[in-house]
Order: sequence, then C-alpha cells, then structure tokens
Amino acid sequence: MKFKFIFLVLGLLLGISCKTPSSVYKIEGKNLIITDSLQNNASIESFIKPYREHINNDLDSILGYSVDTYSKADGHLNTAIGNLMADVVYQQADPVLFARTGAHIDFVLLNHGGIRSIISKGPITKRTAFEVMPFENSIVVSKLPGAHVQELLEYLSKAKRAHPISKLKILLNKDGKVVESSINGTPIDFNKTYYIATNDYLINGGDGMDFFKGSEEVIVLDYKIRNALIDYFMKTDTINPVADDRFIQLKD
Amino acid sequence: MKRRTFIQQTTAATALVGLGGLGLQSFASSPKKITILHTNDVHSHIDAFGPENGRNPNQGGVARRATLIESIRRENPNTLLLDAGDIFQGTPYFNYYGGELEFKLMSMLKYDAATIGNHDFDNGLEGLFAQLPHAKFDFVSANYDFSNTIMDTHSKPYKIFVKDGIKIGVFGLGIELAGLVDKQMYKETVYLDPIEIAQDMSRILKENEKCDLVICLSHLGYNYRNNVQKPSDLSVAAKTKDIDLFIGGHTHTFLKKPTIVKNSVGKDVLVNQAGCFGLNLGKIDFYFDSDKNKSADGVSILV
Repeated sequence: MKFKFIFLVLGLLLGISCKTPSSVYKIEGKNLIITDSLQNNASIESFIKPYREHINNDLDSILGYSVDTYSKADGHLNTAIGNLMADVVYQQADPVLFARTGAHIDFVLLNHGGIRSIISKGPITKRTAFEVMPFENSIVVSKLPGAHVQELLEYLSKAKRAHPISKLKILLNKDGKVVESSINGTPIDFNKTYYIATNDYLINGGDGMDFFKGSEEVIVLDYKIRNALIDYFMKTDTINPVADDRFIQLKD
Repeated sequence: MKRRTFIQQTTAATALVGLGGLGLQSFASSPKKITILHTNDVHSHIDAFGPENGRNPNQGGVARRATLIESIRRENPNTLLLDAGDIFQGTPYFNYYGGELEFKLMSMLKYDAATIGNHDFDNGLEGLFAQLPHAKFDFVSANYDFSNTIMDTHSKPYKIFVKDGIKIGVFGLGIELAGLVDKQMYKETVYLDPIEIAQDMSRILKENEKCDLVICLSHLGYNYRNNVQKPSDLSVAAKTKDIDLFIGGHTHTFLKKPTIVKNSVGKDVLVNQAGCFGLNLGKIDFYFDSDKNKSADGVSILV
C-alpha cells in the first residue's frame, strides 16, 4: 500500500485534572490513495461484473455507421456534427412537442460547447452518444417573442461560433451584420412568437444566452439530448452530415 | 494557545505517538480508538480508472476500496464509514441503473451514513426515493427540510453511533440547491441556513445527547475564496463550536492533509475531504482516554 499523503495530528495530554468520561487526547489524519497495489475484493468484483457486462454489451452494440470522422472544430459558423445534433433534436423533439401542445418547433438552437466529443468514422454505438453528450441535459422549448429572436440573432452574429442550429438560416455580411434570416425558408416576422427548441442549460442563461429570459413559456419535454441521439441512431443506418449554408458569412 | 511543533518526518512523529501512548498507560486506563473513514463525490465511479487515463491511471475502484476498508476494520473494529454526498452521476452505471448499484455496493462495504449532494437529485426526489430500498445505511441531512416531499422521514438530521462506549453524533449539511439544481428535481425541499443549523445540531449532540465526538458530514464545499459569504466547511467550522470534525465534499478538493481551523471559541477543528471519484479514502483516528479529563490548553498539535 502506498500512502502518499500521510500526516499526523498529535494532541498530547499535558494537563491532568478531574473526571469527565471520554476525551480525545490524540488525533491522526491521513488521506489514503486507492492504487492498483490493493487487491480487488473478490465478492464485490463478482457482484459488479454482470452489471458491467450488461452495460458494455449495450453500449458497444452497433446501431449504425458514420461515413467519416466529424469534429466540432471542422467549420466556421456551422459544422457537420453540429448540424447533425441540431437536426436530430428537431426530428426527435418536434413530434413530442406536437403531441403535447399541438405546436411545432420553429427552429433549434444548441451550444457549440455542448458537443463533448468527435464522432469517429465507422460503427456508431450508444457509447458514441454518451461520448458526444455525457451530461444529462434535456430538450426544452421556449416560446419566444420576435423581439427576443432579434436578440438571439445578434448574439449569434457576435459570438461567431458554430452554435448548432436547425431550420434557422442566417447570412452575415463581411462586417458580421445579419443581412438575411429565415425560419424554414420564410423570413422572420419579429412581431410573431416562435417555438425554439434548446437545452435546459441554455434556457437558464448558460453561455450568456440571456434572450431566453424573455421566454413567454418554457415547455419541458422530459427528453434528454443523449436519448434523442440514441433514438435517432437506432433508426438511422448511416450518418453522413455536412456543413451547409444555414449559417455563413459573406467574404465581400 | 500552546506551542506548536511541526514535524516533517513520519518516523519522528511515530516515535512521539509511542511516547504519548506510554505516558497515558501509566495512568492505568485503556485508551480507546475510533476510526472514521470517509469518501465524497464518488460520482458512480465503481470501476477503477484504466491505465490509459491521463490523470489518475489505475486508481480508484470500489472493489479495491473494499479491501482497504476491510483491513482497516480488522485492525480496529470501532470504525465508522461515511460518505459526504454526490454518490450519483458520472458513469453509465448511474444512467443504466439509476444509483441502484452504487447503493448496493455501499451497503456491502457497510457504510454507516451518507449525506445528500446536489447530484443525488439528478433523477429528482423520486429517483433518489426509488433507490432507498437498496441502501442499508442512513441519510443524514439537517438543513434540507423534506417535510413537503416524498423524502419526508427518509433522511434524518443526525444519527448517533456508539462504538466501544464512545458516543459519536453525525449530522449532515447540504449545499443551497437554487441555481445549482433544477427546481423540478428538488421540488419543495427547503434549504436552511447551514451555520444556524450547525449551531443547533452541535448543541443538541453535545449538550443534550452528550456525544463524545461530533462530526459534520457536509456537501457544502471546502472553501470559496472568491465568495466568502457562501457557506463552506472552513467558514462553518470557524463560526461554530463543539464540532470535532468536518467531512466535506462538493468541491472535489484533494487535501494533502486535513486542515485545522479555530472554531468560534478558539478550539481546533479538523476539516477533511477526499477528492473525488473514489480515488482517496479519508482516515481520521480519534484516541480517547477513558477516565481523564484534559484542558484545551494542554493539547499540543503536531502536524
């Protein structure tokens, strides 16, 4: 056993007086490191084994194939992996919102930082979904007035990061100003209220997306982003996402 | 306060321990030893880290921790095993089984008590409640009022253990949930001021229950340098009395050695935390003299 952080607190009894039942005369404290020099407790190990095997079998069972390796670093304002994630959220969450409220999602906005791993070329498994989305964040829908959608566009134009979007299209001029924006091919009406699917981190002000504070209503779908990815992978043979023209900046 | 001697070398310290022991034996009373073992923020890390892990290769793992705990218990049966919260969340074990395996293993390792961390609400109060049948240990939390929730009566403010005639009171403290945990998850759980509650608890445990040892099992966090108003183990330890040990969590703090804090009446309190992910096991040994009293002035502490 290797005890690295060993220390001693030693309180020595010097004064002697009358009778109180039990008193501390010395304290010793250490933090012991659990290293591989310790043997596994066999009964604990065999108790864990079936759980571990079940999880590994499930995590590693192949759901589909990825034709290439996709990273959130591949692209300026939109990336193949980000587009995939936002499109998956749209596809998976829209039927849930419609069934609950009769409304449809107008567009999706996620955060670039929420993509936690690459997707590698080759087999896609549940483990892929756990790597890309290890957190428990779930999909929520904001009912957002047009004025705040305006703020959302300004945020994206200033952030100049590939925050994943779906069904929303933004064109920036070379100075970074929004010159065109549309939802599902229709120009945005800033007097209208829109249903925007996002995650519970952003709706609570994460990444400084304060415009979500203007939400008229927040609809919680009880649908984790990771589960949406798994559900999508299960019904999709091959993924082949591309960076497209949904969010681009003109060069001149 | 008395003189403090700092001893760097373990051999020198060990020699002194021997001397202390001899000195006491001459009073013809058999000293008692209580061992407190503790973990925090294990975050579902049931398996050890693999050799490829960049930070903690080949460290941690419940099956190894079990071996270490067993050998310590063989050496001293008068041992308490405590966890300072955030048992849940961090590996697929939690996502697949919702904490069932974590609680079952902690029961097999014979944990005596745990407090509730913010991540233990990750599947909501219902998610925590649903796993309680798998936990053969008690939850202590004095500053979460669960009376209007499903957890009502399923956690206690404190628990008293008696080991070798020594009475040990353990109470729990949890971190403020608003802004940290979704309200949907903690629902009508009411967060109470940790300092006021710690003062109440230490009075109850020391004065009413006559505990020989009072331990605060906390998920407040070790220290907040940039937010001194935020209650932490160091700040609560300094503002209370009659607490002997704070076992902390939340901030994933790896301490080389427990910190010594002066409490509100100038007495020394130990604050310890064992990092996270089951990489470390905290071990604090309290040696009791069964008959004699000692005055605080007479205690010298060697670190």
